Amino acid sequence: MKAEGIQAVAWLLIALPLAGAAILLLGGKRTDKFGHLLGVTMSLGAFVVGAAMFIQMLGYDAEERRRTVHLWDFISVGSFKVDMGLLVDPLSISFVLLITGVGSLIHIYSIGYMAEDPERRRFFAYLNLFVAAMLLLVLGDNYVTMFLGWEGVGLASYLLIGFWQYKPTAATAAKKAFVVNRVGDFGLLAAIFLMFSTFGTVGFTQILGTGAEHVGVASKLGTGTATAIGLLLLLGACGKSAQLPLQSWLLDAMEGPTPVSALIHAATMVTAGVYLIVRSAPIFEMSDTAQLVVTIVGAATLLAGAIIGCGKDDIKKALAGSTMSQIGYMHLAAGLGKPGYVFAIAHLIAHGFFKAGLFLGAGSVMHGMKDNVNMRFYGALRTVMIFTYVTFGLGYLAIIGFPFLSGWFTKDAIIEAAFNKGGTSGAILGTCALVGAGITAYYMSRVMFMTFFGEKRWEEDVHPHESPMVMVVPLMLLAVGSVFAGGFLILGGFSDFLDPVVGGEKEHFKWITTPGLATLALMVVGVAIAWRQYGARPVPVEAPKGSFVTVAARKDLYGDALNESLLMRPGQWLTRLAVWFDNRGVDGAVNGLAAGVGGTSGRLRRIQTGFVRSYALSMFFGAALVVAALLVVNV
Amino acid sequence: MSPGHYLALSAILFTIGAVGVLVRRNAIVVFMCVELMLNATNLAFVSFSRMHGNLDGQIIAFFVMVVAAAEVVVGLAIIMTIFRTRRSSSVDDANLLKY
Repeated sequence: MKAEGIQAVAWLLIALPLAGAAILLLGGKRTDKFGHLLGVTMSLGAFVVGAAMFIQMLGYDAEERRRTVHLWDFISVGSFKVDMGLLVDPLSISFVLLITGVGSLIHIYSIGYMAEDPERRRFFAYLNLFVAAMLLLVLGDNYVTMFLGWEGVGLASYLLIGFWQYKPTAATAAKKAFVVNRVGDFGLLAAIFLMFSTFGTVGFTQILGTGAEHVGVASKLGTGTATAIGLLLLLGACGKSAQLPLQSWLLDAMEGPTPVSALIHAATMVTAGVYLIVRSAPIFEMSDTAQLVVTIVGAATLLAGAIIGCGKDDIKKALAGSTMSQIGYMHLAAGLGKPGYVFAIAHLIAHGFFKAGLFLGAGSVMHGMKDNVNMRFYGALRTVMIFTYVTFGLGYLAIIGFPFLSGWFTKDAIIEAAFNKGGTSGAILGTCALVGAGITAYYMSRVMFMTFFGEKRWEEDVHPHESPMVMVVPLMLLAVGSVFAGGFLILGGFSDFLDPVVGGEKEHFKWITTPGLATLALMVVGVAIAWRQYGARPVPVEAPKGSFVTVAARKDLYGDALNESLLMRPGQWLTRLAVWFDNRGVDGAVNGLAAGVGGTSGRLRRIQTGFVRSYALSMFFGAALVVAALLVVNV
Repeated sequence: MSPGHYLALSAILFTIGAVGVLVRRNAIVVFMCVELMLNATNLAFVSFSRMHGNLDGQIIAFFVMVVAAAEVVVGLAIIMTIFRTRRSSSVDDANLLKY
């Protein structure tokens, strides 16, 4: 159905931040004075447009909420036709509100956080670009348009992770993020190619169908093709969402400024993979294998991320491990099929609030601690950074699943859904999710206790102080979201809202469930262990040697070592072999031939002695030979 | 005398000439040996002409004489020039044109 009213100008959502980025980048130093204000305005403007579209959507009946905006013909070659079109439906509007809402708060926070940075204008330009690309990703009404946004997000993340490019570590981390994402992009591209060759189209409407019944061409897919497309899409999702085996870039991406980490981990980028899988649900539903692999990847990543989070002394890296883990939960939910999609998106939105709050809180702490990220030099900060302490604390309670806060609603729903899957796989996945929740409680409590509790371990010339209001107010708003978002979504009929897109059996929310109680028990155990280790006794400034698991977690579970030995070294051997073959084999053959001809002719040349009589002799012999030959032939 | 004898004589003369070319160093002598070979072939041509009863061989003999005359003119001039510059008429001394 065609969009009307404010939804008809849905392109404004993308155009506003894109214009902001263009003005700030092209305007150069002239825009230094008002650059940050322009960036915030554009982001807030997009949020206002998104909110207006949302309100308009609420006025429609459920089955009329899917609206398309056709902008122009993007590609038209023979039978291949791609429209530049936008799709406004409950799923995309949920993302729009999260991206622009949390994104705007991060913009506002960055005014204070980047106040001392001479390149603040450029930073806001990139932030706007990031938001614009992410909006294009979630609004595109076909896979190619989505891929445009997908690549835009990759570019923006590269620019922002490497924002302090004079730091070699930041430049390397940016390159790593870009390269690892290319691997995922390959998967997505291959999936799009396969879809085009199978269906002859790349549009969401044609492939996925409209409405909860999913009557697009995808419903006629054979299992083999559906598995292939699903696994390729999953590879793409793994790249963007930092799931195993493409998780290695996420921890290094902490080299970027902290608001970037918040933006990547909460509102944009890593959520793209979840969006892709939920959006492509009709394809995944045609293949049990693909869905199972999605859940396995999710479960493995949620455990790996949680374990990594336990070993990190760098507050941002501990949070990054936590993001991996939480996105793993979302993938697990998305792979479970109906009604997991709703829980995946609900957890994604709730996670967007508390993870943004946690990262920005960590940024606020770093702001007060002269950019030291090592938690072993923190301690007792609750006395001097009261606002940060409270907001960070609320985010912490939300993520560990403290009852009635966001995480409790959404994460428990996922754990329960995993157990409800039934069978051996359901039990295993549910147990993974359950154990993950316990570890989450442990490592987040560890961060909390090391940072805000215990005794002061500050370095000598560090005088922690509360951050300016421009940073604290976004923290408060995010804390409010951390507390209420989950309950609002789960109790407020989010599954009805998403129903036209993902469909699903209605499930009434149950306040007390067996998995829920088990989660609660494990959470208490996790917090208790963390308290015993980091709260009740002093934290050594020097990191202790630690057990085998700790050492592995500190090294990201040897993810880099694995990549190095499995991919990098063999790749280097391959290039070395190719170079050797080129030098010795190809060049050798050509040069050898030339040398052979040269050498032979050098020898043959010696026959020309300059003695006329020897020439004559050879002529006589030659003539004799010819005559003899003639005689032989004739006879 | 049968034509066969003439052919035998021709062969003998040719062989003498050829051996002379190969074994003598003096350019003039080599040159005369070349003439001897040419004339030996002339003799063979004429004999064959007689044996086969047509005049082709005799005509070719004339051609050979003309070529030989021209060759003598050029060859002697070259030998004279070499002798003037190098004070030698040995063919082995004139071996600069080599590898």
